[in-house]
Amino acid sequence: MLKDITLGQYYPADSVIHKLDPRVKLVWTMLFIISLFVFGSISCYIVVTLVLIGLIRVSKVPLKFMMKGLRAIFMLMLITVIFNLFLTPGTPVVQIWKLTITKEGIRTAAFMAIRLVYLIVGSSLMTLTTTPNDLTDGMEKGLRFLKVFRVPVHEIAMMMSIALRFIPILMEETDKIMKAQMARGADFESGGLIKKAKGLVPLLVPLFVSAFRRANDLAMAMEARGYHGGEGRTKLRPLHYESRDRAAYLLMLVYIAVLILVRIAAPVERLLGIAF
Amino acid sequence: MSIQIEHLQYVYGAGTVFEKQALRDISLTIPDGQFVGIIGHTGSGKSTLVQHLNGLLRASSGDILVDGESIYQEGYSMKKLRSSVGLVFQYPEYQLFETDVFTDVCFGPKNLGLPKEEIEARARQAMNAVGLDESYDKVSPFELSGGQKRRAAIAGILAMKPKVLILDEPTAGLDPKGRDDILDMLADLHRESGITILLVSHSMEDVAKYVDRIIVMSKGSVLYDDRPAGVFAHWQELEKVGLAAPQVTYIMHELETRGWPAARDVTTVEEAKDAILNALHRK
Repeated sequence: MLKDITLGQYYPADSVIHKLDPRVKLVWTMLFIISLFVFGSISCYIVVTLVLIGLIRVSKVPLKFMMKGLRAIFMLMLITVIFNLFLTPGTPVVQIWKLTITKEGIRTAAFMAIRLVYLIVGSSLMTLTTTPNDLTDGMEKGLRFLKVFRVPVHEIAMMMSIALRFIPILMEETDKIMKAQMARGADFESGGLIKKAKGLVPLLVPLFVSAFRRANDLAMAMEARGYHGGEGRTKLRPLHYESRDRAAYLLMLVYIAVLILVRIAAPVERLLGIAF
Repeated sequence: MSIQIEHLQYVYGAGTVFEKQALRDISLTIPDGQFVGIIGHTGSGKSTLVQHLNGLLRASSGDILVDGESIYQEGYSMKKLRSSVGLVFQYPEYQLFETDVFTDVCFGPKNLGLPKEEIEARARQAMNAVGLDESYDKVSPFELSGGQKRRAAIAGILAMKPKVLILDEPTAGLDPKGRDDILDMLADLHRESGITILLVSHSMEDVAKYVDRIIVMSKGSVLYDDRPAGVFAHWQELEKVGLAAPQVTYIMHELETRGWPAARDVTTVEEAKDAILNALHRK
C-alpha cells in the first residue's frame, strides 16, 4: 500500500547520473520543470521527450520503477484532464448534452497531462538516483547564499534529511504495528468511514508514541556526539564539482538553447500546418 | 490443534532489486500440546515463518494445514485462524494503545465479537495468568515497567484464548529476572492449560530448560529438528551458523574429553549437577 510511493526512494545503480553532484541534479530538475511550462508546443515536447528517455536510459533505473510514482497522481491527473477538456472555451468539436469539448480544451488537457507525467518522472529521476543525504547536502550547499538573509539553511537541510530518513523507518513501524494489531483481531479494511477511522486508533497511538520515542533518542544521540547546529561543522565528503558536473551544466545550456530554437522554428507545427 | 507445514516458500519483494528468498522448502508438523523452540540467527527466517502460521504473510508457494484444513483454501476465515493461533510479536509492548491496561487486554476478545461479560472474564483471567492483578487494571500501559508492559501485551493475546501461542523473542531486551519470569510463566501456562507453544528465540540457553523440541533454522531452511539434547549434540555445526549450545554442553564435552564419564545428554544446569555428582560418587 505505502510501498507504491517512489518519490524519495533511492534506486542503487552504477551510472553517470548517480555519480553527479547533487547540486547539478537539483538545478537540472528545476530547469527541466520550468522548461515544461515555458515551452508548451508539440515540437518542444518532442525534444523534451527525447531528452527524458535518454536520461532514463543513462540512469539505468528500470522504466517500470519510474512509472510507479505515477500511480499516486493518477486521480489528480484525471481531474485535471476532465476539467480542462470540458471547461475550456473555444471552437466546439464534440457536443454531448450540455458538455462541450473544444479544440482548445483537447489541446490544454493533453498538454496538462504530459506536463504532469513529465514533472513526476523528471523529479523521480532525481530522487531515484540521489540518496536523501546527498540531496539535502546539495541543497544546503547550493542554498548557502540565503544565509545572508538569515535563512537557517543548515537547520532546514538537517530537518529535511532526518524527515526523509525517517520515512522508511516509520513505514516499517506502521507495517509492524498493523500486523501486531491484526494478530489481535483488528480489522483495518472493512466497515464504513467512521468505523475505519476508529479502527485506526490502535495503529496511530502506538505509531505516535514510537515516533516521539525515536525523536527523543535521536536528539539525545546527536547531542552525545557533540551536535550543536551547523556552525563550524565539517563534512565527511565535501561536495566538489568534477568535470562531469561541468559537462552536465553545459548540456543544460545546450538543452535550453535547443528548446528556444525549436520553439521559434517550430518544425512540426509548420509541417502539420497548425497555428502556434 | 495440529499445524502442518508443507513445502513452504516465501520470497520478499518479488520482482524488485531487493528480492530475497526468506524461506526455502519448509516442511514441519507441530502436534497438539507441544512446547517447541524455534531457534535461528538474525535473518534466518524464523520470524517470517511464524507470521505465516496465522496468515499475516502469504506463502509464495506451499501449504499450511491447521487441523487438516488448508488456510489458503477459498473462504477460510482468517479471523478464526487468528483467534486460534495467537502471535505475540517481538517487542509487543509497542502495540499497547488504550488508556488503561484492562481495556487494552480487552481489545483482542472484543474484536472476536464476544459478549461483554465474557470479554471481561477473559481479560481478568489472562491478566492473572501473566501475574498482573486487579491493581494494574486502571494503570496506563505507558506507565508500566518494560517487563510489565510485555506481560500486559502477552495477556492481550492470551485473552483471545488461542489454542496455539506463538511468541517471537518474548525475552528480547529484558533483564535476567524479567526473562526468567516470562519463561517460567509460559512453562506454567503450558503445564496448566496444555496449549501448544512456539517460542522463537536466538538463545539456546533460554529455551533448553523449557521446550520438548527444538527447530533450528538457518538461511531460510530447517537445519535440525529434534529433542534439545539431540540438537545440542551438533554443537560444532551450530557454531558455524552463528548459534551456540548452552554452556553446560561445552562443560560436559570438555569433561568427557578429559576422561570423565559424564552424561552427554545433559541440557540444563540442574541435570549437569546431578550427572557430575553421580560421576563423582562412582570414582
